[in-house]
Amino acid sequence: MALTKPIKSLWEIPREERFVGGHAACQGCGAALVLRHLTKVVGKDAIIVNATGCMEVISTLFPRTAWRNPWLHLAFENAGAAASGVEAALKALQRKGVLDKNRYIKVVAIAGDGGTFDIGLQSLSGMLERGHDVMYVVYDNEAYMNTGIQRSGATPYGAWTTTTPVGKKFRGEWRPKKDIVGIAYAHRIPYIATANPAYPIDMINKFVKAYNTRGPSLVHVLTPCTPGWRIPESKTIEVAKLAVQTGMWVLLEIENGKPKVTVKVRKRKPVREYLKMQGRFRHLTEEDIKKIQEMVDKYVEEINRWVGEEAIGPVEE
Amino acid sequence: MSTNQEEGFPERFLGKKYPETMEDLPIAAIVPWPGSTLDVTTHAWRTFRPVINQDKCVRCRLCWIYCPDGAILEVDEEYTTSTGKKYKVSFKVDYDHCKGCGICANECPVKAIEMVPEMK
Amino acid sequence: MAVVKEKPREEQLPTRRRKIAATGSDAAAYAVRDADVDVVAVYPITPQAPIAENIAQMIADGELDAELIHVESEHSAMSAAVAAAATGARSFTATSSQGLELMHEILYIASGLRQPVVMALATRALSAPINIWNDYADAMAMRDTSWIMIFSENVQEVYDNLVQAFRIAEHPDVLLPVVVTLDGYILSHTTEALEPLDREEVLSFAPKRPRGYRPVLDPDHPVTIGVLGAPNWYQEVKVQQALAMRESRRVIEETGKEFGKRYGREYGFIEPYYMDDAEVAIVTLGATSSLVKAAVNRLREQGVKAGMVKIRVFRPFPAEELAKVLENVNALGVLDRAVSFGGALEGPLAMEVLSTLAVRGITKPFISFIHGLGGRDIFVKDVVEMYQKLLEAAKSGKSVTRTLFYGVRSRRGHII
Repeated sequence: MALTKPIKSLWEIPREERFVGGHAACQGCGAALVLRHLTKVVGKDAIIVNATGCMEVISTLFPRTAWRNPWLHLAFENAGAAASGVEAALKALQRKGVLDKNRYIKVVAIAGDGGTFDIGLQSLSGMLERGHDVMYVVYDNEAYMNTGIQRSGATPYGAWTTTTPVGKKFRGEWRPKKDIVGIAYAHRIPYIATANPAYPIDMINKFVKAYNTRGPSLVHVLTPCTPGWRIPESKTIEVAKLAVQTGMWVLLEIENGKPKVTVKVRKRKPVREYLKMQGRFRHLTEEDIKKIQEMVDKYVEEINRWVGEEAIGPVEE
Repeated sequence: MSTNQEEGFPERFLGKKYPETMEDLPIAAIVPWPGSTLDVTTHAWRTFRPVINQDKCVRCRLCWIYCPDGAILEVDEEYTTSTGKKYKVSFKVDYDHCKGCGICANECPVKAIEMVPEMK
Repeated sequence: MAVVKEKPREEQLPTRRRKIAATGSDAAAYAVRDADVDVVAVYPITPQAPIAENIAQMIADGELDAELIHVESEHSAMSAAVAAAATGARSFTATSSQGLELMHEILYIASGLRQPVVMALATRALSAPINIWNDYADAMAMRDTSWIMIFSENVQEVYDNLVQAFRIAEHPDVLLPVVVTLDGYILSHTTEALEPLDREEVLSFAPKRPRGYRPVLDPDHPVTIGVLGAPNWYQEVKVQQALAMRESRRVIEETGKEFGKRYGREYGFIEPYYMDDAEVAIVTLGATSSLVKAAVNRLREQGVKAGMVKIRVFRPFPAEELAKVLENVNALGVLDRAVSFGGALEGPLAMEVLSTLAVRGITKPFISFIHGLGGRDIFVKDVVEMYQKLLEAAKSGKSVTRTLFYGVRSRRGHII
């Protein structure tokens, strides 16, 4: 059974596991954790379409699968198109009486940041623009982690990756992260949200709303990657929480075009706390950190203006 | 979705769960065994194992929520603490699937989970 | 009341049908309509576009109840078509040239996942330079993708081949995607007489099987499709697929025969033309066959024992059939409309034919011809000239060891 009503307590999360253990995700994997909760929300009557990436590789090494749902993987750049195909087929077969018209089957697309921001962007755009009834979840670990931590369009400013290495001339990624929510927003789809596994009730309720949307929805989830971010395996949730507390990651929701901050942060922590926890930022100088702080301040200002209130407060040391 | 499913798949499309030769393979390596990674144990990944102190545990469910491997089991087992507090559920570690990441211990608000070295 | 004795059904059927004027693109769309396809995912490209337009009109007019996905690329067209098939729908797409190349990655995935997608390919040259006219470079580029490949010679064959394609692709012993070609412009935009079947006939010939006859995405029977295959199993999955391609021969043969029995037009893997007593023969594909037939007719009038073999099913390759029919010729040529650059011979079909014969110990004076690239007209006189070359080869007993490009505008003459 899908979770169709927002929850208020952690105890309302279904006990049943639909993305089971024994998979090969790294210790402390943020994305695997998100999939556990996502599948709990969508329940049995959901078809999962997974782009190539960490989650596909770690969950389906033949002859086993971690999934209890019908699941399809075609390639890296086509989760949007494949999900469109599944949704169209369900629609046609229901209309033609092959499938029960009264049974709602949700199509859920899952892709990483590479499969969404970069190589899969065109396919995602087509799916959103055509209005397919698909819930698209992007797990964002901010680089191509499956192939060994290469830079993607989602890699944040300053981050070390194997293709934005730290050297004498260049010191990590020198461009800001691509705004995937802004891109989705430009498609005028009914539901867009950002989520974070350190805020499970907020995350689950966003999955519930995306599930209940009839039409395209996109949930952008931050998923810390312990080897890629160079953090201890036990710190996944801690670092994810700091992303929100520092304003690096704002928990947003855009319902029918109306933006809202769902988890307000009255007093922000300085970004230093978030950056200092992670090996991928260890090369940053005080000056670099200051620049990132300014970037975040500006981002927070934009968000506050957009939602029409001071949802994210000032930095307090 | 039971429509037209009455016939079921022909046997040869399904294969055998633990194939030995090509003839046992399901068509296109399509896996008809949902949740079968549970047959895999990941205990060897651990260098530390989480041990839950049932007496200290306040049953907040956070360890269960935050486990990426579904390796914290929530069981309907009553427990009475030494101070007389009664709980209807208990949390236990599934040591077959725990990889020892330690998120549970790190997030436990009452420090009821200790990470114990696997080898001394 | 007078009792009218009915004619036997077999005699009655072919004659009572209506004939209509149709292009190859019309014929493809009619086949899709009559096969009651559920999902169509297409992206427009010349010269395939009229197929997409026709299907859209049929859906708009309520003649076809299908979901049309207006995908944003051919890559997505093939992805959506495969995903729809994996959900249990009868799914179709169509493309040409660059579109097929963009699909390429997913062509392998369609067959690797054993999804019975059916595709129409309006054959067209590949860039660069960009060219929208006919040759078989696009089709030849998919020869290793594990798709069953059927070439059509005329508009009627486009329709008949597509109807058969659904039956072949979805057969439980096959479960491989099928592509049916129609020569770009030559068939896609040329009007000929077409005898379509009734929808009921098509659906009885290529019936829709119960959705659960093969593993599909179904919450009540969850399966994981598209796994990671490590070295311990990948090879077996591929061999299984190769065996399915072999096994498809039987189904393709049965299907062509049954089609003939029901509707009077029987189809085999190859179509020999004047091969009973042929001394020289040319093997070719698609609508180019009609041209070669015309050359054979002219030569026969002159008393030359020329023959031709049309390959209808290119994958699986009809090696046995071909070897048998070519056994007694004195010299043999292959007319390709694609280049395998740098190959031992540069004609891709020539290579197939040669290895077919060589492995069976049949050696013949052999010439590989290439002509008609990017819509370059091949004239009957060109083909007649090829036959003359073959007659010389038959006489000398010698093959030409390199491929001959015909009809070239060169100071060195028109054969390079």
